Amino acid sequence: MNSAALWAFIVKELRHIRRDRQTLTILLFMPLVQVVLFGFALRSDVRNVRIAFVEPAPDAATVALRNRFAATNRFRVVARVRRMDDVEPLFRRGEADVAIVTEPDFASHLSAGDTAHVAVIIDASDPNTGSVIRNYAQAVLAAYEGDLTENRGATRIITDVRMRFNPTLESVNLFVPGLIALVLTLVSALMTAISLSREKERGTLEVLLVSPLRPWQIIVGKVLPYLGLAFANVLTALLAAWLVFHVPFRGSVPLLLGESVLYALASLALGVLIAALSSSQRGAMMAAMLATMLPSALLSGMIFPIASMPRWLSPFTNVVPARWFIVIARGIMLKGIGLPYLWRETLVLIAMALVLITVAVRSFKPRLA
Amino acid sequence: MTNVIEVHELTKRFGSVTALDGVSFDVAPGEVFGLVGPDGAGKTTLFRILTSLLLPDGGQATVLGCNVVKDHWAIRARVGYMPGSFSLYPDLSVAENLEFFAAVFGTTVKEGYELIAPVYRQLEPFRDRRADALSGGMKQKLALSCALVHRPELLFLDEPTTGVDAVSRREFWDHLAVLKSSGLPILVSTPYMDEALRCDRIALIHDGRLLGVDTPAAIGKRFTRPLVRIAGSDRYGMLCALREHEHTASVNLFGDSLHYTDSRPDLSGDEIARDVTSFLDGRGFSDARVEPIEPGIEDSFMSLMASEAA
Repeated sequence: MNSAALWAFIVKELRHIRRDRQTLTILLFMPLVQVVLFGFALRSDVRNVRIAFVEPAPDAATVALRNRFAATNRFRVVARVRRMDDVEPLFRRGEADVAIVTEPDFASHLSAGDTAHVAVIIDASDPNTGSVIRNYAQAVLAAYEGDLTENRGATRIITDVRMRFNPTLESVNLFVPGLIALVLTLVSALMTAISLSREKERGTLEVLLVSPLRPWQIIVGKVLPYLGLAFANVLTALLAAWLVFHVPFRGSVPLLLGESVLYALASLALGVLIAALSSSQRGAMMAAMLATMLPSALLSGMIFPIASMPRWLSPFTNVVPARWFIVIARGIMLKGIGLPYLWRETLVLIAMALVLITVAVRSFKPRLA
Repeated sequence: MTNVIEVHELTKRFGSVTALDGVSFDVAPGEVFGLVGPDGAGKTTLFRILTSLLLPDGGQATVLGCNVVKDHWAIRARVGYMPGSFSLYPDLSVAENLEFFAAVFGTTVKEGYELIAPVYRQLEPFRDRRADALSGGMKQKLALSCALVHRPELLFLDEPTTGVDAVSRREFWDHLAVLKSSGLPILVSTPYMDEALRCDRIALIHDGRLLGVDTPAAIGKRFTRPLVRIAGSDRYGMLCALREHEHTASVNLFGDSLHYTDSRPDLSGDEIARDVTSFLDGRGFSDARVEPIEPGIEDSFMSLMASEAA
């Protein structure tokens, strides 16, 4: 048994990948498409908020407030009405996201130093968008109030909030690290599981077993080409994020690539394990989807923050490799931090990779059944 | 030299199904040994145990002097195995498949060329064609080449000709004869009786049990009763009629004719033929042609199976 056999296996595997044009095209373009799709569509920052004003008695103050909203690039004024009853249909038809209601005599209340009332009504059918809109609206109102008190020279508390690492709250910045995790999972776990279970289904594994090839050689030969493909995908995703969305990259590229390899190894081992346990390609595909793709997307903190998960659910996220990788990738990309801050997460990934590789190699039986 | 395969009381169960039930036989050096039996008889299970792919539940087996349970890595490097189903890479070309299997065994196509040449030469014009674009017979030849390229000391062929046309089947067996003449022992399974005749020795296998191990000729001679062959236009009608005949011991459909044995022990072949002719004539089968014949392996097989069932 020599390294020539392993090399031949890798060459054979590369040929499989190259000849399956359809899959290869999907694999190569998927990170690109995903970055673009996620970047444009799946964002939690809100733009073009459609705002309506209910002004029973328009005066200088209400106009100033309205102009204040219109001057931001977040809000677009869609209606001005006199009565509350007129704003209700706008919400029902989905033509307004938020309504600002000012009481009659708004200006005179303000100038008299009285309390002036403003009601903010928000369409909260999507709670996340709703709370984002509330924050925006409050910020504008606070700024308006600040101007008023300043003019009168009264004392006030100046709240100066700084959003670190992502000052403009671009959600695409947050998604790209998660996306890299997702692409790595897909290529590593799913493709390995499919390709290994294909050998089982076709009966070629039977011939490979009756050969001097050791199980680890079959596994390494299977896994290495996909590792290379995963690596290429990380680079494409990063490049797309940088070129299209100007996502910052503050940390060390080699460190991120190293951590990606670590994460890919854990995923590949998971793919091998799934293939070893399932008897058909279809079964392996479904299992890989359920066991790797879904947790990586839903339980990793990529889309839903772990902090806001129910208390019983959050411990489960600890066993999802993507959860740790995303912390690392966000840290490196957005905060520019390195191993001194990320060694704990890195150790967890190393431990996961080692355990999964051991289990995967053990699960790969040198016999049938 | 000792036997290349020694199997003693081999047993394998899958749940409640007994796939192999106390199977024993030996294969001598340079011998072409055939496992003959219908689908589901246990042939593939036996192959998988001998190639160390499955562990037996009972009994012992050695291949080239190596124990199939303990020395599986030694066995795997030294034998060639062609499984029952086509198991090459359909998306790789003929040459790529061959090169891959050569490399897996730590050798090259060049080194193994002499041995595979008689088979592979016919494939060489198509060396760049994808394996899935080959005809059935070509696929078998490629699979055989891949199993041979590392110059194994023993060849396992599990139903190599199933699903292959008659001409390719004959050609395939001609190749095996050439390999045998080079001294390579071959264990081959087949459901076809005509292929069994081309083996040095055969084992009849049915429901996980061996019904007999001998040369094809000797297996045929085990059938001692007079046998008649019945030809005619309505074979199925005659089959049904003869089943109602009071002296029928066995009647089976064999290709384009019926094979019949009589329950009366003292009658000669000619006497039985006359009796059957008149019986069939009485039942309206006037075109029935009945003649005594020499029994073949299949007759032995059928009668051994019937006595096994009784």
